[in-house]
Amino acid sequence: MAKKVAFMQGNEAAAHGALYAGCKFFGGYPITPSTEVAEVMSAELPKLGGKFIQMEDEIGAMAAIIGASLTGAKVLTSTSGPGLSLKQENIGYACITEVPCVIINVMRGGPSTGMPTGPSQSDVMCAKWGTHGDHPAITLVPASVQELFEETVRAFNLAEKYRTPVMVMPDEIVAHMRERIVFPEPGELEVIDRTKPTVAPEQYKPYDTQFGDVPPLAAFGSEYRFHVTGLNKMADGFPTTKAAVVQAEEERQVRKVEANVDDIVKFEEYMMDDAEVVVVAFGSTSRSARFAVNEARKQGIKAGLFRLITFWPFPEKQLLAISKKVKAFITPEMNLGMCTGVVKGCVEGNAPVHGIFRVDGEPINPTQILDMIKEVK
Amino acid sequence: MAFDYDKYLRPGKLPHIWCPGCGHGIVMKGLIRAIDACGLEKNNTAIVSGIGCASRLPGYMDFCTLHTAHGRAAAFATGVKMAKPEMNVILVGGDGDGTAIGGNHFIHACRRNIDMTYLIMNNNIYGMTGGQFSPCTPTGAKASTTPYGNPDPAFDIAKLAIGAGATFVARGTAYHATQIDKLIAEAIQHKGFSVVEILDDCPTTYGRRNKFKSVIEMMNRLKEIAVPVKAAEKMSPEQLEGKILTGVLYKAEKPEYTGEYAKVIERAKGAK
Repeated sequence: MAKKVAFMQGNEAAAHGALYAGCKFFGGYPITPSTEVAEVMSAELPKLGGKFIQMEDEIGAMAAIIGASLTGAKVLTSTSGPGLSLKQENIGYACITEVPCVIINVMRGGPSTGMPTGPSQSDVMCAKWGTHGDHPAITLVPASVQELFEETVRAFNLAEKYRTPVMVMPDEIVAHMRERIVFPEPGELEVIDRTKPTVAPEQYKPYDTQFGDVPPLAAFGSEYRFHVTGLNKMADGFPTTKAAVVQAEEERQVRKVEANVDDIVKFEEYMMDDAEVVVVAFGSTSRSARFAVNEARKQGIKAGLFRLITFWPFPEKQLLAISKKVKAFITPEMNLGMCTGVVKGCVEGNAPVHGIFRVDGEPINPTQILDMIKEVK
Repeated sequence: MAFDYDKYLRPGKLPHIWCPGCGHGIVMKGLIRAIDACGLEKNNTAIVSGIGCASRLPGYMDFCTLHTAHGRAAAFATGVKMAKPEMNVILVGGDGDGTAIGGNHFIHACRRNIDMTYLIMNNNIYGMTGGQFSPCTPTGAKASTTPYGNPDPAFDIAKLAIGAGATFVARGTAYHATQIDKLIAEAIQHKGFSVVEILDDCPTTYGRRNKFKSVIEMMNRLKEIAVPVKAAEKMSPEQLEGKILTGVLYKAEKPEYTGEYAKVIERAKGAK
């Protein structure tokens, strides 16, 4: 049977990716340029017996999906810049309580209301450092409609596997562009469900590390009863201020991601084998970068593209290894140097890092990147 | 035989954090008796709270319990109830948590008329942070942040709930302990969003700043100002001056939210 092919918008593809992953609950609040995700979910979820609710605000939307996830459902919300700021309170709550959930944040200009209809890549730091306190962060940055679908599926898998919030962050261009998508058949992409407890209900502890760094999560309304709190907690879920317990629990939560970087980090290397000038890019900017690399190769310049698909955790060791054999890095991004700073930290001065920054609501075009490749080659 | 509260309490979690003289324990006992009277199953009942003294209540209760972020109980609880409508969902919290930082979630839960019960312990103050004025602190009262008297007018929680669309609204006091369980039980049995406000006392941070010499004096005040709605019908406006009505203040039948969403699912499945 021929595969289902469609001409589809990025946000719509993200919604369909969520449904493919088994999402059964969406809580949202309207915000440009992510609203199409909510619109598709409002139409499709009830057909599958799932639930869609438009909440009174962004904070409430984030709260509702956490509540729903605790009943065992796979859950999604979508937002953009100002909404991401508001959601941070309960993103932190999901981190410390270790409740799986997926947030699609379409990046628009900021800070504040900024440029609601313009593209941006300036939420990548907010994704990691937006909520207070130490916590794990997983952020995926797809570059095409097809990839937005597939990375949304992967986001659900990572959220369920590691019991933590996962963000999918297309920039506005990727979210609003329309291109060809080939829908995977059911079963073609891996779909992971959270591990459920097998112990007797009276023995269940929601943070029982005898089962490893990611303890099984029971569901409200099942035979398991448990307590969930945003306070620092013990294995049984109840609050504690015992120094050793708090320290160990905080470290474990961060370790869930840090110890599994190889499982979570995903990237694409293009023309990298003999590259001397490496463009590190993500999202729609990486499409311009690929074009520029192709043009540079035509002109005999050994350029390559290192495309981030996972932004957090960052591919630190890969970039450090590359830095030992190249002349220069170029980091084009639609912000004033967020990724550039991270790359500089990774490469330990082995090679210079040249940023190209735009925050004017216009995409970074291939010529800008090609000019820089020629300049630093 | 004496009522067995232990049946519903988590072993080893007492003593509670509440100060001597605080009414929250009286309210918790009322809630337990109401849950018992309604026959709610522990596994099928979620108790959800925000932040504050009253919001620590769920930790003591042997149910599915969710101690959320400040003011957000109604929003988290809405997610639980929508995802699993067969669960009984009870919200608990204080006046600051529910009507200030949580005000938006509160009024929209009322508007949706989603089948949950919200128990608000109104002690007119932010107790956990040391006695700052809340939206329910009377005008003129002293709080740690109103050293010259409170300039703010106070919310009437019941009127707020009725205006926002709640379909069952009741009020009791921590003094009238035996009425609490009856009000909560009726609220739980009501199909729709039900609000039960219990006027409570905070001797530690409110009483001592507002010339109450003892907990007994605070409790006696609750006794004095409370007038049952039936009795109030026979009283003149002058007689009702300074009084607060107690009992079931409002009850209406309106479509309930999860039931309405079930119809959405039916329509979506029928759509071509």
